[in-house]
Amino acid sequence: MAEITKEELRQPENLIYKKTDLLTDKPLSYCPGCGHGTAHRIVMEVLDEMGIQDQTIGIAPVGCSVLAYEFMNIDMQQAAHGRAPAVATAVKRLHPEKFVFTYQGDGDLAAIGTAETIHACNRGENIVIIFINNGIYGMTGGQMAPTTLPGMKSSTSPYGRDVATMGNPLKITELIAQLPGTIYVTRQAVHTPANVRKTKKAVRKAFENQKLNKGLSFVEIVSNCNSGWKMTPRQSNEWMVENMFPFYPLGDIKVND
Amino acid sequence: MKELRLMKGNEAFAEAAIRAGADGYFGYPITPQSEVMEYLMAEKPEERTGMIVLQAESEIAAINMVYGGAACGKRVLTSSSSPGVSLKQEGISYIAGAELPCVILNVARGGPGLGTIQPAQSDYFQSTKGGGHGDYKMLVLAPSSVQEMADFAGLGFELAFKYRNPVLILSDGAIGQMMEKVELDEQRPRFTDEEIKNNTPWATTGKTKDRERNIITSLDLDSYKQELHNLDLQAKYREMEKNETRYEAISCDDAEYLIVAYGTSARLSQKAVDLLRAEGIKVGLLRPITLFPFPTAVIAKLADQVKGILTVEMSAGQMIEDVRLAVGCRVKVEHFGRMGGIIPSPTEIVDAMHKKIIGG
Amino acid sequence: MTEEIIIAGFGGQGVLSMGKILAYSGVMENKEVSWMPSYGPEMRGGTANVIVIISDERISSPIVNSFDTAIILNQQSMDKFEKTVKPGGILIYDPNGITRHPGRKDINIYTIEAADEASKVGLSKVFNMVVLGGYLKLKPIVQPEYIRKGLEKSLPKRHHGMIPENEKAIDKGKEIIKAVHLLN
Ligand SMILES: Cc1ncc(C[n+]2csc(CCOP(=O)(O)OP(=O)(O)O)c2C)c(N)n1
Ligand code: SF4
Repeated sequence: MAEITKEELRQPENLIYKKTDLLTDKPLSYCPGCGHGTAHRIVMEVLDEMGIQDQTIGIAPVGCSVLAYEFMNIDMQQAAHGRAPAVATAVKRLHPEKFVFTYQGDGDLAAIGTAETIHACNRGENIVIIFINNGIYGMTGGQMAPTTLPGMKSSTSPYGRDVATMGNPLKITELIAQLPGTIYVTRQAVHTPANVRKTKKAVRKAFENQKLNKGLSFVEIVSNCNSGWKMTPRQSNEWMVENMFPFYPLGDIKVND
Repeated sequence: MKELRLMKGNEAFAEAAIRAGADGYFGYPITPQSEVMEYLMAEKPEERTGMIVLQAESEIAAINMVYGGAACGKRVLTSSSSPGVSLKQEGISYIAGAELPCVILNVARGGPGLGTIQPAQSDYFQSTKGGGHGDYKMLVLAPSSVQEMADFAGLGFELAFKYRNPVLILSDGAIGQMMEKVELDEQRPRFTDEEIKNNTPWATTGKTKDRERNIITSLDLDSYKQELHNLDLQAKYREMEKNETRYEAISCDDAEYLIVAYGTSARLSQKAVDLLRAEGIKVGLLRPITLFPFPTAVIAKLADQVKGILTVEMSAGQMIEDVRLAVGCRVKVEHFGRMGGIIPSPTEIVDAMHKKIIGG
Repeated sequence: MTEEIIIAGFGGQGVLSMGKILAYSGVMENKEVSWMPSYGPEMRGGTANVIVIISDERISSPIVNSFDTAIILNQQSMDKFEKTVKPGGILIYDPNGITRHPGRKDINIYTIEAADEASKVGLSKVFNMVVLGGYLKLKPIVQPEYIRKGLEKSLPKRHHGMIPENEKAIDKGKEIIKAVHLLN
């Protein structure tokens, strides 16, 4: 194989990957190894490829991704904890021609914001919801989330989640798939290149649905929280495959075409 | 025998709540108070005393769980920090209206909105002037040490049941997060069912033949009756003003200048008083312990003695309004504070005293 | 006696627990203590610091802005806290990772190569105790027997097996602390 110099490598025709301009240059505040960064990139690449930066309004949640507006190079609003789907509802109703999405964690979307989630889905708001399920409250230091697995340890379930007193993990994605207002409900992951490609396809489909005024698309991304789970990034991904995926199986849950 | 420990304010409050014989805690994580629930979950109070601990799906759910538990005559509590306490306001108004006893801890942080997770005292208006709708008052205790975080858990229940009224403990991130020595009371037993029936005959415990049914509500569609209910509430609040006003007066006897501050600000101000006295300036500190009822009378009296008053608050100046009401126009009252989660230093307070009061 | 100390470094360096052990030791010796941490989403790689006050009298403010001793373990903390040492006070720092060394002439400055030394003798886990040892050499404000009791109190029972290692680290610190600038 012919030697290639650094300078040659940097020539545009030799580039194989470039960061989308829809991500700012601000260094991500996420822990190294966290899935949030990859998920951000996927959403921004899709908006970039669809050429809709100037037509999109994003809603950031309360959670580790509260600072999403620092990294996503689009107009954004930051909502109160759990209320992003209500905020997005008004934005879309008042700007039906715009693309509107929320980006929310499991505590935000499936605990304090359950009512807003279910009712926005039930009304069939023509928006996209990106749901990062890492089974824990990352931002506040690793408390139990509605999606925490049975027996899983967190700072408020230090002896493991006891379903008798703390309830079962909530499969909110299956739940909202029951509602006539949702038209596309899928569960993906971002821990391998193959999964990243699948997730990107799903996110693209979700925004295409919005373009066609089809109704609410909901993309769950099962992700890791290596800090909250107290693991190395690699361990956390292995743990996720072994424990989260059996409970939260990947794949489409509802596709109404 | 009292037990001595080194604890965070949040942990001391949680441990003291168990020892005060609490029956139930309901909460939702938020910085800087998450240690309350984390401590309780790790302690397994269900095994120690039978007390239950539940992580609710939101602050709204948590305060309504408190409503339900309190209506059964149980000792129940919740804790949160500013944004979460805002969410609880509807529930608190219902609890005040239905005259239910409970303890609510606010480990306050800076706002408005999501604001900052750092300490602040900008929830004074919300706490003392009725953050929710309707004419109601909470009894508000303001701890300034880890010891008081522990003491006020028990005192809070005592006062809540004495007046059938919600008691708010208004703390802040600094006191919640810091560790100090704390002496803990012995475990007091939880109320038995029999005691609940006797102590709180109004509680919903199941209608027996020997009494009328008990209904817990804040609703009265008959405005005349609703007004009477409001008059009763107001009479109760006047009663609290008469009996429960608490404060600490430090170096006030010979004071020519006065600082009024509560909570963390009072600790900083105490150091400022030491520094000012070292300069030969006679300064005293009046620390309100109850914010409602407010120590109006003692401040009014001190106003006749001193040449000027500085209020120190980690806010834009909220308590100062109550100080000015107490003082009238007799002496100058000025505010010094920092906002946004910044804790002023004792030397900044000294400078403010010089600039705004002594030299001003 | 009142000693006001700030300990500052990166999140994972054991800054807070070092302060806690010191505070606990003070409690064991029946002194007044306070421990005031910086707090926040520290797990995301930020800086951490704690103010520890140990006194024979009641502590008025747990938060102060000048210190008898500053123990500094990274550059950001150096930039922030060098200036907060009271004139005549002490600054102790680990030169590992420090690019701008302290320059004040009105304070006593010491270095402690704790990170290097700890990894050399396989004590990386108790790096912070090496630092604590250095401090205690200069300011024996609590007696060794109470430090041991402080360790017992502040470490969870399952880690009590590590107490001898912690004590060894403290001794190491006492050995390796070096003066670089002294007032006379
Ligand atoms: C009303 C209110 N309650 C609580 C909080 C504290 N809080 C901030 S983020 C968060 C949970 C975040 O968890 P999740 O949604 O799972 O997102 P992650 O951080 O794991 O990405 C909580 C409880 C808040 N900001 N506001
Ligand atoms: S705490 Fe968890 S969710 Fe938050 S950035 Fe770190 S790894 Fe990601």
